[in-house]
Amino acid sequence: MSKKLKLKIWRGNVDSGALQEVEVEANEGEVVLDVIHRVQATQMGDLAVRWNCKAGKCGSCSMEINGKPRLACMTQIASFADGEAITVTPLRAFPVIKDLVTDVSFNYKKAMEVESFTPPADLKPGVARMDQVDVERSQEFRKCIECFLCQDTCHVIRDHEENKKSFAGPRFFIRIAELDMHPLDILKNRKKKAQAEHGLGMCNITKCCTEVCPEHIRITDNAIIPMKERVVDEKYDPVRWLGSKIRKREGIV
Amino acid sequence: MREKVAMARHNYDVVVIGAGGAGLRAAVEARSAGLRVAIICKSLFGKAHTVMAEGGVAASMGNVNENDGWKVHFRDTMRGGKFLNHYRMAELHAKESPDRVWELELWGALFDRTKEGKISQRNFGGHEYPRLAHVGDRTGLELIRTMQQKIVAMQQADKKEFGDAESYLKVFAEVTITDVLKENGKVAGVYGYRREDGVELLFEAGAVILATGGVGKTFKITSNSWEGTGDGHALALKAGGNLVDMEFLQFHPTGMVWPPSVRGILVTESVRGEGGVLTNNLGERFMFKYIPDVFKDKYADNEAEADRWYIDQDNNRRPPELLPRDEVARAINSEVKAGRGSPHGGVYLDVSKRLSAEVIKKRLPSMWHQFYELAGVDITKEAMEVGPTCHYVMGGVEVDPDTAAAVGVPGLFAAGEVAGGMHGSNRLGGNSLSDLLVFGRRAGVGASEYVKHNQPVKVSESTIKLASEKIAAPFKRTGGENPYTLHQELQEITHNLVGIIRTKSELADAISKIGDIRKRIENVSVAGDRLFNPGFHLSFDLDNMLLVAESTAKSAIVREESRGGHTRDDFPKMDPKWRTRNNIASFDGKEVVVKQQPLPVMPKGLFELFDASELEKYLSRDELAKGGR
Repeated sequence: MSKKLKLKIWRGNVDSGALQEVEVEANEGEVVLDVIHRVQATQMGDLAVRWNCKAGKCGSCSMEINGKPRLACMTQIASFADGEAITVTPLRAFPVIKDLVTDVSFNYKKAMEVESFTPPADLKPGVARMDQVDVERSQEFRKCIECFLCQDTCHVIRDHEENKKSFAGPRFFIRIAELDMHPLDILKNRKKKAQAEHGLGMCNITKCCTEVCPEHIRITDNAIIPMKERVVDEKYDPVRWLGSKIRKREGIV
Repeated sequence: MREKVAMARHNYDVVVIGAGGAGLRAAVEARSAGLRVAIICKSLFGKAHTVMAEGGVAASMGNVNENDGWKVHFRDTMRGGKFLNHYRMAELHAKESPDRVWELELWGALFDRTKEGKISQRNFGGHEYPRLAHVGDRTGLELIRTMQQKIVAMQQADKKEFGDAESYLKVFAEVTITDVLKENGKVAGVYGYRREDGVELLFEAGAVILATGGVGKTFKITSNSWEGTGDGHALALKAGGNLVDMEFLQFHPTGMVWPPSVRGILVTESVRGEGGVLTNNLGERFMFKYIPDVFKDKYADNEAEADRWYIDQDNNRRPPELLPRDEVARAINSEVKAGRGSPHGGVYLDVSKRLSAEVIKKRLPSMWHQFYELAGVDITKEAMEVGPTCHYVMGGVEVDPDTAAAVGVPGLFAAGEVAGGMHGSNRLGGNSLSDLLVFGRRAGVGASEYVKHNQPVKVSESTIKLASEKIAAPFKRTGGENPYTLHQELQEITHNLVGIIRTKSELADAISKIGDIRKRIENVSVAGDRLFNPGFHLSFDLDNMLLVAESTAKSAIVREESRGGHTRDDFPKMDPKWRTRNNIASFDGKEVVVKQQPLPVMPKGLFELFDASELEKYLSRDELAKGGR
């Protein structure tokens, strides 16, 4: 069961570009990435698109589909009305390299700025004991496939290039939260640094990041809001902060 | 035009090609040895195919059943590989994998836990005890992210000490390597280009580690991403290395079969490990019919016992759904051929009757998500349709087990899926993630030692010129063939003639057809310019896939027996004569040549780990009488 589909693809590079309309076959069950591949194999051999796993696990095929940040491999053609044009464009928050491929190096720079996991210096391999319930908090954030859709949609940087310097973005707020809640991490002040160095305060909790997350990570509710709340708490209550760190250490035998 | 054809030169002690588990682990080790290391990614950093590994990493930590230990793991691995494994690799792997898992925890990995707070371990096909450390069903992602973050941590430390995060360890993303360069018989570096702008790159290096993964894209139905094109296999062949036993391909028994766009995508073995059963269109749990003699004492022959095993593993035999993958894939193939398949040519896999919806979503979250989003199937309520998919290549670069040095090419190393020997004729689930950790680290050590004891070799201008001309070639031709079309044709050939069940006449046909495509790819031309051009890129991948397909078909036609991931319709049984031989493929500049080489003989100490009654099933009388070396 196949049908003809109208697909508008943004083609171009850093200098210029425009939407090009193509007609392409779409079969039952196919996703947007399938039809892009068909266009590539039959009409535009040099059409640039990133992809890897084609199963929503690697976060490579991020693009904007009818203006929404999405993974092309997880967007069913059937989810569009018959006759509805499908428009694919590159992620808007990052500079275009070519066609649907953008320069996402911003994210790798920000990753470099987050202080790494820091276990106790004397922790020996194989001896750590952690309860499942304690690892699950960080595990939620470690589901992140680094598709950077949350970064793309976040209006702090989407429409304000100038904010990029001082704002790490939702992906790295969950990274900081993950480390902060990690039962073996002993670094102090992660939340304060999130505020002071990574721009946590610029987030005004519109939850756009949570909405686009293909892994359904509750970025705003489980990472950003708790960190924002505790940043305030800690300013006034150092004892409570100390207590939280001591409890962390008890998890280690 | 933005196109630049300038060439950038880099100089490193070690270049690692591949940024999956094996490559990253190797890079961490080489940097720890004080060397300057370049990591070359085919995609973006952190996207490697390792993220697709779902079930877990096999390591006999004994956290769930304390009877487990390296000897048991070693035995399971040899059995799974039908005794064609390089014994030394299987031994090192079994001994070292627990340390490799524990060490990840020091780098921030968060595995699921037991009630005592230890790393939890789950059951998997062919493993005698619960052995797979896991994070739900996204263990591969956890490994990649942990090592990616470890590399960032090392770069941060370098920045503190030397002022530059990339002074010792640098990641080159979206780079294609087209040549391993040699001078005077030794590896001198690699050559390639950057996709972002088409600029050519020369890496001069004392040692090169291949960690390029698998070959799945050579086949039509595969669980592999576009990266799995056998790049390292081909680079090794062209550099004068050997590929061992390329006939052994693992068809994972459970790939998705519907809708067509997701055909081949992996359905983790954990579904069966957690209690999922396989049935045909008669509702029959058919695996009981397919327990081979060599496994009869370990697998339950009735449903009652198989079901009891999930509760009491000490007093019951395992369900046959957990047989090694080659057995399950063949069984599914037979059921479908006999007309007992599901509507879309697979069989049914159902976990909804054993576990509650809540437990399924917790233990198999990405499976639930994958079926719900891509197939409209709710696996907490209904069965999945599954069938075999090309998943893993057991064959690969012939290496020295201890150092991961490629045989015959000084300065070249290989680890992970691209290396051969470790898994014999069939890999057990979970042994891939442990393989890439154990041998990734060993390759890092091996390359570091090599660099410390060998002077780097300068790459000559004539060598550079040849490598550069090769990259320019596809644009010099016009009106030639479309690389996408040739790729599809190759996939049809391998799928139809070199697939799960093989025969001599079809293999001969495949070899001849692959030869025809080889002639035609010399004529491939591509549209556009060098800037991020997938068609241009595919023209190099195609060349690699052809060499792989030729090695596989030529190795498959000479092995006149059925064993593990190689099934011959015309030779349906295992033949002890073939157990003592490896097929060694090499490249003479024009075509792949396959010869036989004796399999290394196990030392007495390892030989004695097995019951004589088990060895009788695999070994000849002569070998049994000798009792190892």
